[in-house]
Amino acid sequence: MKVSLFVTCLTDLFAPDVGMAVVKTLEYFDCMVDFPVAQTCCGQPAFNNGFHHDARDLARRMIQVFENSDYIVTPSGSCCAMIRDHYIHLMEGDPVWEQKATEFVARTYEYVEFLTKILKVDLRLLSLPAEKTFTYHYTCHLRGLHTTGEPCIDLLKQIGNVHFTPLEKAEQCCGFGGTFAIKYSDISRAMVMDKLDCGNKTGAQEMIVNDGGCAMNIGGACHRHGGKFIPRHIASIIWDAIESGKTASPRSAGTSGVTTAPSGAGS
Amino acid sequence: MSQTSPSADAASDTRPRRLALPVFHPNFLAEAHTAAADANLHAALDNSVTKKDYGRREALAQLPDADGLRELAGKIKSHTLDHLDYYLELLEKNVRAAGGQVYFALDNAQANAIVIDIARRTGSRLVVKSKSMVSEETELNDALIAAGIEPLETDLGEFILQVDHDHPTHLVMPVIHKRAAEIGRIFEKYFKVPFTEDPQALAEMARVYLRKRFNEADMGISGVNFAIAETGSIVLCTNEGNGRMCTSRPRIHVAIMGMEKTIPAWDDLPVFLKLLARSASGQALTQYTSIITGPRRPGEQDGPDEFHLIIMDNGRSRILAGEYRDTLRCIRCGACLNACPIYRKVGGKSYGSVYPGPIGALLTPLFNGLEAHKHLPMASSLCGACFEACPVKINIPELLISMRKDLVESGIISGPERLVFRIWSWTLAHGWSYRAGQMMQRLLLRLLKKPDGWITRLPGQPGEWTKVRDFPAPAKKDFRSQYATYRKSATQRP
Repeated sequence: MKVSLFVTCLTDLFAPDVGMAVVKTLEYFDCMVDFPVAQTCCGQPAFNNGFHHDARDLARRMIQVFENSDYIVTPSGSCCAMIRDHYIHLMEGDPVWEQKATEFVARTYEYVEFLTKILKVDLRLLSLPAEKTFTYHYTCHLRGLHTTGEPCIDLLKQIGNVHFTPLEKAEQCCGFGGTFAIKYSDISRAMVMDKLDCGNKTGAQEMIVNDGGCAMNIGGACHRHGGKFIPRHIASIIWDAIESGKTASPRSAGTSGVTTAPSGAGS
Repeated sequence: MSQTSPSADAASDTRPRRLALPVFHPNFLAEAHTAAADANLHAALDNSVTKKDYGRREALAQLPDADGLRELAGKIKSHTLDHLDYYLELLEKNVRAAGGQVYFALDNAQANAIVIDIARRTGSRLVVKSKSMVSEETELNDALIAAGIEPLETDLGEFILQVDHDHPTHLVMPVIHKRAAEIGRIFEKYFKVPFTEDPQALAEMARVYLRKRFNEADMGISGVNFAIAETGSIVLCTNEGNGRMCTSRPRIHVAIMGMEKTIPAWDDLPVFLKLLARSASGQALTQYTSIITGPRRPGEQDGPDEFHLIIMDNGRSRILAGEYRDTLRCIRCGACLNACPIYRKVGGKSYGSVYPGPIGALLTPLFNGLEAHKHLPMASSLCGACFEACPVKINIPELLISMRKDLVESGIISGPERLVFRIWSWTLAHGWSYRAGQMMQRLLLRLLKKPDGWITRLPGQPGEWTKVRDFPAPAKKDFRSQYATYRKSATQRP
């Protein structure tokens, strides 16, 4: 299966390890991963701030960059929701681009969605090197993908040595919201402090946060105000498990990290 | 549509119109700044609205197909709005057939004038009111007092607000911003009784007082949750029983509604009844559901001698004609407020007008103009919790984004911000400039970082970020470089 990675600008700059974890994990599950280097940004910041003309230009660019991709996978829920919820609408009135947008949208997946709906992975043979407690924050833009946090939590729980403890007000926005965090920093502060308090109450060491922006916001608050946990992307957790199992499990005898997928994985 | 105002004065009123919605607190930023730092307010709101939000989820989960029902409710509302001229005429015809009077009010001044006319004609001096957001919109109480008529709010929350000369901060829980002790002080002064903060005792004080006044009232004024065009009935959903007292005890009943409260047929009502209370408070139904069709008929024991229905426009026609028509689907359940993380932190007062929360962030600029309320559509993280909660599926975040587009296109958004976005999108439109931009960001930000990899102070507007939290320094090598290295080493493998 050929998969193109849309890494997103925030992940490119601030969380390259998440991008690498996605690449290596997809390869582990028998995907041929490529990274179209011409990619930049989906246009979400411009769109959300009302600059729809600029957003349209960037959307067209995205569609062109990924024109030859079978699947486009991104580790960011909000960028995926931007594409799925708004690209077709943005091209309205231009039938050619509307058609292109429709096809592009149909091939674009958020990472967890791709693992669970397309690859249908089974992580039960994987295990973290040591016991760890996790909690999960529902990043808002998953609403745009019409999904709950359950698929991700289910994946997480399949991995050995994982303990899960739910987060109070898990579905309440962390206060990122792109430029919102800067334009309305007072309100954003109250929101992220609430998230921090709820996170601290769980006793978890790590909070799953599958969006670059939310992770920066929550992580920054943890660092400033003494959070007892750190935000991490599910891709990093899964890769931790795969990597640690390399020597322990017979199925990872390969050299490149590209090995036979566990039972249940589609191809 | 026939104009049947009894008041020639009101119809020919040429004075400049006031704002469509009264604005109590015009400075969003100042109000939000104060509220966002008020931990007591946040705790109180979590204890009420956040809990109601969870109640809503549980109550909706009991329905076999809540999502399908919400879809249907939205479609019924949209259909009604698409044919509102037809349904309003049908409603008018059927209210008259049931023995009621119907008035169309162009704006809030006209609506108030109609009420005052009816009161004068019928010699009404005391008016008891059940909760009505439209009467808040028209500031009916002030108009009645100015005309020498005594209005009395009988919903407990609205009564407290009236006594304290305050304004509601939530669509269904008007007094949510006051705690029991504060209400105790208000009642101590008003009723001249010893202080208590026992909610039971406070409610009892109001109950005894209001019971007496119900019997003295000449006129009852109610809002309208739904008006059924097919039967000419109005539907009231209340929890305290005061609505039923207001509409049955006095001689005259005046109901006042925004024109979007119309639904086509009797059979549509259950769809909305199933959703309204569940969405508002997690109840399957409100304690009282009153369906009122005209005044008391010959041979009937209870009910008023006269029934009057005032249908108000006040800018709704304009909204109906534009791209924000969906906002008129709103049934004022308050679910979007309860679900909203911003409302939970800034409270209803910050939104300034009678309609707070996510739906208010749309309605207030739509009614009163975007320029004076430009922060309302902007002060949202677009998390989408409101859309998910809305029983009639108003896509509030999408409409907020449309309004931001209007802000840009109308030039209300400032020049510097436009310039920043122009440069930003130009940079992202080319691979080389994107890479150059990312590299510059990386270098600059890495200069600012502390040894632990975090930036504690950013210059300029981004400094708003570091007022609140630290900013991560970019990784030494970005994803692109790491990926290129990885690919290179992979191809070199045997």
